[in-house]
Amino acid sequence: MSGLLIFLFLLLTGYLSGRWLEQRHYRSILAREAALRHLLVLPVRVPANEHSQHDSTLVTGSVVVSVDYFKTVAASLRNVFGGRVGAYESLLDRARREATLRMQEEAQQLGADIIYNVKYETSRIGENDAKGLGSVEVLAYGTALTRPAHDAAA
Amino acid sequence: MLISNMEIVPGKTIVRHMGMVQGSTVRAKHVGRDIMAGFKNVFGGELKGYTELLSESRDEALQRLTEQATAIGANAVLNVRFSTSSIAAGASEIFVYGTAVILEDA
Repeated sequence: MSGLLIFLFLLLTGYLSGRWLEQRHYRSILAREAALRHLLVLPVRVPANEHSQHDSTLVTGSVVVSVDYFKTVAASLRNVFGGRVGAYESLLDRARREATLRMQEEAQQLGADIIYNVKYETSRIGENDAKGLGSVEVLAYGTALTRPAHDAAA
Repeated sequence: MLISNMEIVPGKTIVRHMGMVQGSTVRAKHVGRDIMAGFKNVFGGELKGYTELLSESRDEALQRLTEQATAIGANAVLNVRFSTSSIAAGASEIFVYGTAVILEDA
Protein backbone atom coordinates (compact mmCIF):
# COMPACT_ATOMS: atom_id res chain seq x y z
CA MET A 1 0.00 0.00 0.00
CA SER A 2 2.74 2.48 0.96
CA GLY A 3 4.60 1.45 -2.19
CA LEU A 4 1.59 2.45 -4.27
CA LEU A 5 1.34 5.78 -2.45
CA ILE A 6 4.99 6.55 -3.14
CA PHE A 7 4.50 5.61 -6.78
CA LEU A 8 1.46 7.90 -7.12
CA PHE A 9 3.30 10.70 -5.33
CA LEU A 10 6.31 10.41 -7.66
CA LEU A 11 3.99 10.22 -10.66
CA LEU A 12 2.14 13.38 -9.66
CA THR A 13 5.33 15.26 -8.73
CA GLY A 14 6.92 14.23 -12.00
CA TYR A 15 3.87 15.24 -13.99
CA LEU A 16 3.46 18.67 -12.40
CA SER A 17 7.12 19.68 -12.24
CA GLY A 18 7.97 18.08 -15.60
CA ARG A 19 5.10 19.86 -17.33
CA TRP A 20 5.97 23.17 -15.71
CA LEU A 21 9.66 22.90 -16.65
CA GLU A 22 8.80 21.82 -20.18
CA GLN A 23 6.43 24.71 -20.75
CA ARG A 24 8.95 27.16 -19.34
CA HIS A 25 11.66 25.66 -21.55
CA TYR A 26 9.50 25.91 -24.67
CA ARG A 27 8.70 29.57 -23.92
CA SER A 28 12.42 30.32 -23.62
CA ILE A 29 13.22 28.34 -26.79
CA LEU A 30 10.58 30.17 -28.84
CA ALA A 31 11.70 33.60 -27.64
CA ARG A 32 15.39 32.91 -28.33
CA GLU A 33 14.66 31.32 -31.70
CA ALA A 34 12.82 34.46 -32.74
CA ALA A 35 15.76 36.61 -31.62
CA LEU A 36 18.37 34.48 -33.46
CA ARG A 37 16.46 33.93 -36.69
CA HIS A 38 18.80 36.26 -38.63
CA LEU A 39 21.75 33.92 -37.97
CA LEU A 40 21.19 31.16 -40.52
CA VAL A 41 22.05 27.58 -39.66
CA LEU A 42 22.56 25.41 -42.73
CA PRO A 43 23.38 21.71 -43.04
CA VAL A 44 25.21 22.54 -46.28
CA ARG A 45 28.81 21.45 -46.88
CA VAL A 46 29.93 24.01 -49.41
CA PRO A 47 29.74 27.72 -48.53
CA ALA A 48 28.12 30.18 -50.93
CA ASN A 49 30.23 32.57 -53.03
CA GLU A 50 29.33 35.56 -50.90
CA HIS A 51 31.12 33.91 -47.97
CA SER A 52 34.25 32.99 -49.93
CA GLN A 53 36.55 35.31 -47.95
CA HIS A 54 35.12 34.74 -44.46
CA ASP A 55 37.02 33.32 -41.49
CA SER A 56 35.88 29.92 -40.22
CA THR A 57 35.56 28.84 -36.59
CA LEU A 58 34.14 25.67 -35.10
CA VAL A 59 31.13 26.39 -32.89
CA THR A 60 29.36 23.90 -30.62
CA GLY A 61 26.31 23.82 -28.40
CA SER A 62 25.27 21.05 -26.08
CA VAL A 63 22.67 20.24 -23.47
CA VAL A 64 21.73 17.32 -21.23
CA VAL A 65 17.99 17.07 -20.59
CA SER A 66 16.52 14.69 -18.07
CA VAL A 67 13.24 12.78 -18.23
CA ASP A 68 10.76 13.12 -15.38
CA TYR A 69 9.06 10.27 -13.56
CA PHE A 70 5.78 10.73 -15.41
CA LYS A 71 7.48 10.52 -18.81
CA THR A 72 9.29 7.34 -17.80
CA VAL A 73 6.01 5.69 -16.78
CA ALA A 74 4.11 7.01 -19.82
CA ALA A 75 6.83 5.68 -22.12
CA SER A 76 6.91 2.24 -20.52
CA LEU A 77 3.13 2.01 -20.96
CA ARG A 78 3.61 2.98 -24.61
CA ASN A 79 6.04 0.08 -24.94
CA VAL A 80 3.14 -2.25 -24.17
CA PHE A 81 0.69 -0.83 -26.69
CA GLY A 82 3.10 0.50 -29.29
CA GLY A 83 2.84 3.75 -31.21
CA ARG A 84 4.30 7.23 -30.90
CA VAL A 85 6.05 7.96 -27.64
CA GLY A 86 5.06 11.62 -27.30
CA ALA A 87 6.78 11.95 -23.92
CA TYR A 88 10.20 11.28 -25.44
CA GLU A 89 9.49 13.14 -28.68
CA SER A 90 9.12 16.45 -26.87
CA LEU A 91 12.21 15.70 -24.76
CA LEU A 92 14.40 15.18 -27.82
CA ASP A 93 12.86 18.13 -29.63
CA ARG A 94 13.68 20.41 -26.69
CA ALA A 95 17.23 19.08 -26.45
CA ARG A 96 17.94 19.55 -30.20
CA ARG A 97 16.53 23.05 -30.31
CA GLU A 98 18.35 24.07 -27.13
CA ALA A 99 21.67 22.73 -28.48
CA THR A 100 21.12 24.59 -31.76
CA LEU A 101 20.38 27.80 -29.87
CA ARG A 102 23.52 27.52 -27.76
CA MET A 103 25.58 26.97 -30.90
CA GLN A 104 23.95 30.05 -32.49
CA GLU A 105 24.65 32.09 -29.35
CA GLU A 106 28.33 31.14 -29.51
CA ALA A 107 28.42 32.12 -33.18
CA GLN A 108 26.71 35.41 -32.46
CA GLN A 109 29.37 36.29 -29.89
CA LEU A 110 31.96 35.81 -32.62
CA GLY A 111 29.94 38.10 -34.85
CA ALA A 112 29.33 35.34 -37.40
CA ASP A 113 27.05 35.75 -40.42
CA ILE A 114 26.11 32.13 -40.94
CA ILE A 115 26.77 28.59 -39.71
CA TYR A 116 27.51 25.86 -42.27
CA ASN A 117 27.69 22.08 -42.17
CA VAL A 118 25.70 21.59 -39.00
CA LYS A 119 25.80 18.09 -37.51
CA TYR A 120 23.98 16.62 -34.55
CA GLU A 121 25.14 13.98 -32.15
CA THR A 122 22.72 12.40 -29.69
CA SER A 123 23.72 10.13 -26.86
CA ARG A 124 22.22 8.60 -23.79
CA ILE A 125 23.51 9.53 -20.37
CA GLY A 126 22.96 7.85 -17.06
CA GLU A 127 23.15 4.62 -15.25
CA ASN A 128 19.53 3.49 -15.27
CA ASP A 129 19.86 1.56 -18.50
CA ALA A 130 17.32 -1.00 -17.40
CA LYS A 131 14.71 1.60 -16.53
CA GLY A 132 14.55 3.32 -19.87
CA LEU A 133 15.93 6.54 -21.21
CA GLY A 134 17.34 8.43 -18.21
CA SER A 135 18.62 11.55 -19.91
CA VAL A 136 19.81 12.52 -23.35
CA GLU A 137 22.68 14.66 -24.46
CA VAL A 138 22.50 16.49 -27.75
CA LEU A 139 25.50 18.18 -29.29
CA ALA A 140 25.16 20.49 -32.26
CA TYR A 141 28.26 21.68 -34.08
CA GLY A 142 29.09 23.51 -37.24
CA THR A 143 31.41 26.01 -38.83
CA ALA A 144 30.64 29.68 -38.23
CA LEU A 145 31.76 32.08 -40.93
CA THR A 146 32.76 35.56 -39.82
CA ARG A 147 33.44 38.55 -42.03
CA PRO A 148 37.21 39.31 -41.80
CA ALA A 149 38.08 42.25 -39.53
CA HIS A 150 39.57 44.45 -42.27
CA ASP A 151 36.39 44.01 -44.32
CA ALA A 152 34.02 45.00 -41.58
CA ALA A 153 34.96 48.67 -41.70
CA ALA A 154 34.30 48.93 -45.44
CA MET B 1 45.22 26.46 -35.26
CA LEU B 2 42.12 26.59 -37.39
CA ILE B 3 39.49 23.96 -36.61
CA SER B 4 36.53 23.48 -38.88
CA ASN B 5 34.04 20.76 -39.66
CA MET B 6 33.95 21.61 -43.36
CA GLU B 7 36.21 20.10 -45.99
CA ILE B 8 36.91 23.48 -47.54
CA VAL B 9 38.07 26.69 -45.91
CA PRO B 10 36.85 29.81 -47.73
CA GLY B 11 39.70 31.93 -49.03
CA LYS B 12 42.38 29.28 -48.39
CA THR B 13 43.81 26.33 -50.24
CA ILE B 14 45.05 23.06 -48.86
CA VAL B 15 48.68 22.63 -49.81
CA ARG B 16 49.33 19.41 -47.93
CA HIS B 17 47.36 16.64 -46.20
CA MET B 18 48.98 15.33 -43.04
CA GLY B 19 46.63 12.46 -42.20
CA MET B 20 44.13 11.95 -39.43
CA VAL B 21 44.49 13.37 -35.92
CA GLN B 22 42.35 12.54 -32.92
CA GLY B 23 41.76 13.37 -29.30
CA SER B 24 39.71 11.60 -26.69
CA THR B 25 38.93 11.71 -23.00
CA VAL B 26 36.95 9.63 -20.51
CA ARG B 27 35.42 11.46 -17.58
CA ALA B 28 33.11 10.82 -14.68
CA LYS B 29 31.26 13.14 -12.33
CA HIS B 30 31.51 12.81 -8.57
CA VAL B 31 28.85 10.85 -6.71
CA GLY B 32 27.05 13.98 -5.47
CA ARG B 33 26.30 14.99 -9.04
CA ASP B 34 25.08 11.50 -9.84
CA ILE B 35 22.72 11.56 -6.89
CA MET B 36 21.42 14.97 -7.96
CA ALA B 37 20.89 13.58 -11.44
CA GLY B 38 18.88 10.73 -9.92
CA PHE B 39 16.57 13.29 -8.30
CA LYS B 40 16.32 15.20 -11.53
CA ASN B 41 15.06 12.04 -13.23
CA VAL B 42 11.93 12.44 -11.10
CA PHE B 43 11.40 16.16 -11.70
CA GLY B 44 12.74 16.61 -15.22
CA GLY B 45 14.68 19.58 -16.58
CA GLU B 46 18.26 20.25 -17.60
CA LEU B 47 21.15 18.48 -15.88
CA LYS B 48 23.53 21.45 -15.75
CA GLY B 49 26.28 19.44 -14.03
CA TYR B 50 26.38 16.93 -16.87
CA THR B 51 26.15 19.61 -19.56
CA GLU B 52 29.18 21.27 -17.99
CA LEU B 53 31.07 18.01 -17.60
CA LEU B 54 30.55 17.06 -21.22
CA SER B 55 31.52 20.43 -22.59
CA GLU B 56 34.69 20.43 -20.45
CA SER B 57 35.53 16.97 -21.76
CA ARG B 58 34.91 18.11 -25.30
CA ASP B 59 37.27 21.06 -24.84
CA GLU B 60 39.90 18.68 -23.51
CA ALA B 61 39.47 16.28 -26.43
CA LEU B 62 39.78 19.21 -28.85
CA GLN B 63 42.89 20.34 -27.02
CA ARG B 64 44.50 16.93 -27.48
CA LEU B 65 43.54 16.96 -31.14
CA THR B 66 45.16 20.38 -31.51
CA GLU B 67 48.34 19.23 -29.73
CA GLN B 68 48.63 16.26 -32.07
CA ALA B 69 48.12 18.45 -35.12
CA THR B 70 50.71 20.96 -33.90
CA ALA B 71 53.20 18.16 -33.26
CA ILE B 72 53.07 17.02 -36.88
CA GLY B 73 53.35 20.58 -38.17
CA ALA B 74 49.81 21.18 -39.43
CA ASN B 75 48.16 24.59 -39.20
CA ALA B 76 44.52 23.48 -39.49
CA VAL B 77 42.25 20.52 -38.77
CA LEU B 78 39.37 20.06 -41.17
CA ASN B 79 36.28 17.89 -41.35
CA VAL B 80 36.16 17.47 -37.58
CA ARG B 81 33.63 15.00 -36.14
CA PHE B 82 32.54 14.42 -32.55
CA SER B 83 31.44 11.15 -31.07
CA THR B 84 30.16 10.40 -27.56
CA SER B 85 29.65 7.03 -25.96
CA SER B 86 28.70 6.11 -22.43
CA ILE B 87 31.06 3.29 -21.62
CA ALA B 88 30.07 2.66 -18.00
CA ALA B 89 27.64 3.94 -15.40
CA GLY B 90 28.43 7.61 -14.86
CA ALA B 91 31.35 7.80 -17.30
CA SER B 92 31.41 8.95 -20.90
CA GLU B 93 34.00 8.89 -23.58
CA ILE B 94 34.28 11.89 -25.87
CA PHE B 95 36.15 11.34 -29.08
CA VAL B 96 37.00 13.92 -31.70
CA TYR B 97 38.82 13.36 -34.99
CA GLY B 98 39.66 15.23 -38.14
CA THR B 99 42.12 15.68 -40.99
CA ALA B 100 45.27 17.67 -40.31
CA VAL B 101 46.31 19.89 -43.21
CA ILE B 102 48.55 22.79 -44.10
CA LEU B 103 46.59 25.76 -45.40
CA GLU B 104 47.78 28.73 -47.36
CA ASP B 105 46.01 31.90 -48.45
CA ALA B 106 44.57 31.44 -51.90
